[in-house]
Parts: sequence; structure tokens; C-alpha cells
Amino acid sequence: MKESASYRVFRVFNAILLLIVVAVTLFPLLNVVAKSFSDMKYIASNAVTFYPKGFNLKTYRLIMSDSMFWIDYKNTVVYTVVGTFINLFMTTIFAYALSVPRLMGRKFFTGLAVFTMFFNGGMIPNYLLVRNLGMRNTLWAVVVPGAISAFNLIVMRTFFEGLPRELEEAAAIDGMGTYGIVAHIVLPLSKPILATMTLFYAVGMWNTWFGPFLYLDRPEAFPVSLYLRNIIAGASQASGTDADALGEVASNVKAVTIVLTALPIICVYPFLQKYFVQGMTLGSVKG
Amino acid sequence: METELRARKKEPRGTVRPFARGKTARRLLKDWQLYSLLILPVAYFILFKYGPMLGNVIAFRKYVPGGPWFGTQWVGLKYFKMFIFDGNFWMKFRNTVVIGASSLVFGFPLPIVLALLLNEVRSKAFKKTVQTISYLPHFLSVVIVAGMTIDLLSPSSGFVNVIVKALTGHTVAFMQESGYFVPVYVITGIWQETGWGTILYLAALTNINPELYEAAEIDGASRWQQTLHVTLPGILPTITILLILNTGAILNVGFEKVLLLYNPAIYDTADVISTYLYRIGMEMNSFSYATAIGLFDSVIGFLLIALANFFSKKFSETSLW
Repeated sequence: MKESASYRVFRVFNAILLLIVVAVTLFPLLNVVAKSFSDMKYIASNAVTFYPKGFNLKTYRLIMSDSMFWIDYKNTVVYTVVGTFINLFMTTIFAYALSVPRLMGRKFFTGLAVFTMFFNGGMIPNYLLVRNLGMRNTLWAVVVPGAISAFNLIVMRTFFEGLPRELEEAAAIDGMGTYGIVAHIVLPLSKPILATMTLFYAVGMWNTWFGPFLYLDRPEAFPVSLYLRNIIAGASQASGTDADALGEVASNVKAVTIVLTALPIICVYPFLQKYFVQGMTLGSVKG
Repeated sequence: METELRARKKEPRGTVRPFARGKTARRLLKDWQLYSLLILPVAYFILFKYGPMLGNVIAFRKYVPGGPWFGTQWVGLKYFKMFIFDGNFWMKFRNTVVIGASSLVFGFPLPIVLALLLNEVRSKAFKKTVQTISYLPHFLSVVIVAGMTIDLLSPSSGFVNVIVKALTGHTVAFMQESGYFVPVYVITGIWQETGWGTILYLAALTNINPELYEAAEIDGASRWQQTLHVTLPGILPTITILLILNTGAILNVGFEKVLLLYNPAIYDTADVISTYLYRIGMEMNSFSYATAIGLFDSVIGFLLIALANFFSKKFSETSLW
């Protein structure tokens, strides 16, 4: 293909523009990492940009010696594991059932789920429901109300609909029940979508804070996102540490907590990116 | 199957059908494993999604915390009248529309532009790197984004103020001044979602028939003309459907982000319907009043999306349902 001179100019310009996009995206992240390792006096004089100044690990030690931080971090892991398992189980069985053409009421059940994407009950009725069910201050308040995302459900149903039916039909003729077909035929063919769903849900659970904020009262049950939120809001000091020391290094403490909270996601993300993208594009095939 | 179902419907009401002989019942029994898969998810949707919808009935009833689940007595439209005649509410309504509309106007076109720019990149490695980095912020929790925002804008330790000071000689307390909230909200949204927003457009771009470009080139179209006459029409359906979705969701302002970013000093521009009803409900325990506001919000939101869908169907043959 011939390239006109103006197109060549455009391509240079384009590359520069995209590099700016990358720089703008990365700067806030580098800045927070830099602050987390920097000495307080450089932060106070606002001299930290995208690399640490006056390398300092004191704040990491301070946060990591706070037992509440670890309790909440462990809670996040528990909520993420249990929540993601529930999400996956519920979404998979429903999505599979909705993908089977012979299912009676298929349209009705799909509509039942899709409607909730456009109309929801609202914050207060949701809160009252969880409270009336006696779920407050339990694990269930965190993991159950969001058990199925209608969007993810449709993505998964679309994937199942694309699977060849012949294998399932053959297995059914051999007398295999639906449970067997799902376990032995459908799921082994569905590893990519299961990976995508696991990631979507796990990231969602890892990041969740508002549900726990509404439904949990005890700091011992908080996820680490809520621990971070409370530091940011200045609403609490980390227990077992000197309040004055914390007040002085507020920006530093925030940065450290942000880095520690985001770390697992930033570490796994580049390797799993293709699964995220795949989920998004699958979802768009059929709204 | 269709005729079978229709035939059943024609039976007069009250016809006695022995259970095991009913065709539907027999199919259900034979296929019980399949139908059993529906039980938990459907129960979940009914209890946790439709339950709260039904719970909205307390918007029309007096609700006493600790009393009956659905309130004690009917009060008609009392709570709706309360907020309709409350000037405060309309201020929150205006803030919501301003924040939602600004996000749409400034945030919507950028992923399209970025996708088109990425589409012109030859080097696969460079393209991949830009994509990977620009998607990343999408996966950070709103708590982290809010924390970084407040910190970057802080007058004492924020980098943005280093620049502002170099340019103007003084620092600005961005989070304390009403005029800055909407830009802060919109820009952080752009930072977090523009990269991720390109995915659907990039997917649509790969689906454009390469022959169209070849034909355009033979006709002597420049790259720019090709972009205008081949690329853009190729992704137009995607643009349309996303525009509908986003217009319909204009009132669904990122409640969590507002709640994390705002403070009483800037309520006049930052407080939105959902944060207002959050405070009324959760901090002042006026559950019925807050529910009435929430119901109003949900209904308007739903009407907006239905309207957007109607227009899209009429003019572009692309629609959600």
C-alpha cells in the first residue's frame, strides 16, 4: 500500500498521541507507588513525581504491623473466594438452562433476568430486605445480594448457545442426564468463558466496598477496601498504631494502603487481560 | 411444540388434567434435572431483585423501623409530594443531570477516537502495550480511584497543585470548591474508562470487510476518506447501541464515586439524587421518604432508556429489545 506524505505525518503524530495516553494513564499510578516509598519530608514539600524520593519502608512496616489490616485483607480473600464461587455456580446453571432450546418458558426466564438490568428496586428496599432476612453482619450480606450479574449471565448464555449441540444430544441418547451433560461435556468445553467469568466476578468482589459498608458494623469483618476507605475518609486510625504518627504521614499511609490493596489486581491483570476482553466482546454479540 | 402449547391454552378453564398425564407435566418430570437448574437462580432473582421492587411499596406507606416489613398504613403520595415541593431535591436532580450529561458528552466520544487511533497502529506490540495499559484503570476499585484523586488534587501533597502553583502562583483546594466537582468527576471517569471503552469498537473494527477498504482505495479514497466512509459506518451500529445505553443510564451517576469524593462543603454541585436519598435513608432513617425518591429515580431512569430504545429502533434498526 502506498502511503501519502500526510498519512506518514499522521502516523508519527498518532504514535506520540498514544504515548501521551499511556503516560497520562500511568502517571497517577506511578505517583502513588512513588509516594508509598518516599520519605515524608519530600511528600510534605510536594516533590514526589513518579519515582520515590528518600526511599522509606517505615510506612509499609507500620501498615503491615497493624493486625486489623491483615484481618481485613484476609476477609477480602474469603469474600472473594466464597463470593466468586457462588457467582460462578449460580450464573453457570442459569445460563446453561437458558441456552437449552427445549426449555419451556425460556423467553420468560431470560426476560426475568434482563429486566433487572434496566430497573432495580433501589438502595433502601435492598437494604431493608437484607436487614429483614437477618443477614446483616454476616458473610452472606456481602456475597449473596449480587450473586448473579444479569450482564454476565447473558454473556455466558450466548457462549453456551454457540457450543455444538451434537455432543450433548448424543450423550442424552446414551441416557446421560442434564447434570452429567453439564459436568462432563459443557464445562470442559467452556474453560475460556469460565476463566472470563471468574475474573469479572473476582475483581468485582475484591473491589466491593459499598455492600460491606452498608451491611457490616464490625471492623473485624470489613474487607480491606473498607479499611482503605476509612483511612481515606479519615474516619478511623489503624488500631494499635500511634495516632499522631499516622496523622503526620496521612498521604504516605494512603499511598501504601492503596498499593497493597491494588497489588493483586495489578499483578494478575496483564496475564489475564485477554479473558477480560473476550468477555466484553462476547457480551456484545447478543444483548 | 408451539402448537402443543397453543392447544393447551385453548382448553376451558377448570378442565381437570390428571397430573402425570399432562404433556407439560410429563416433560417437566422427564427433564427434571434441567428444570431443577432454574430453582436457585430464579429464587434469587425473585427474592433479591424483584423483592426490593415490591419493597418500594413502603414509598406509599408509613414505615416504622422494626415494624412490619411493608409498613403500617397507607399514606398515598405524601412522600412524593414532600420531595416534589422540596427545592433541595430539585437541586440534587439538577446536579445529577449535569454530572450525567457532562460524563456522556465528554466521555462518550473518547473511546471511539482512541479506538480509531489504535486501529491505525501497524506495530502489534505497540498496539498491545497501549491497550494493556489503558485498560488497567478499569479494574481498580472506586475506593482506590477516589483516594488517588483526592491525593493528587490535595493542595499540600498533590502533584496537580505543583503545576497549578507553577502557573498561577497559588494552590487550589479542588475538593473544597464547588466549581471543580463536575470536572473532577468527569476527568477521573475518562481516565478510568476510556481505554476499556475501546474494546467493543475495536471488535467492531475487526469485523469490517477488508474488501471495502480495497474498493475505496481503487476509487482513490485517502485514508481519511476511508475512515469517514468505511470505518465510521462500520462501527455505527456499535456507536448507536452504546449511545442508547449510556443516554438511558444518564441518571445512573456513579453513586459510589460521588459518595467517596464529595463533602458537605460542595454539596451544592456534588450531591446527587442517590447520595441525597442515601443520607435521608441511612443516616436519618427516613426509609419511606428515601424509598419514594429512589422509586422516582428508577422510574425516570427506566423511561429514559425505553425512550432511547424507541428512537434507536425507529431511526437505525438497532435496539436493545
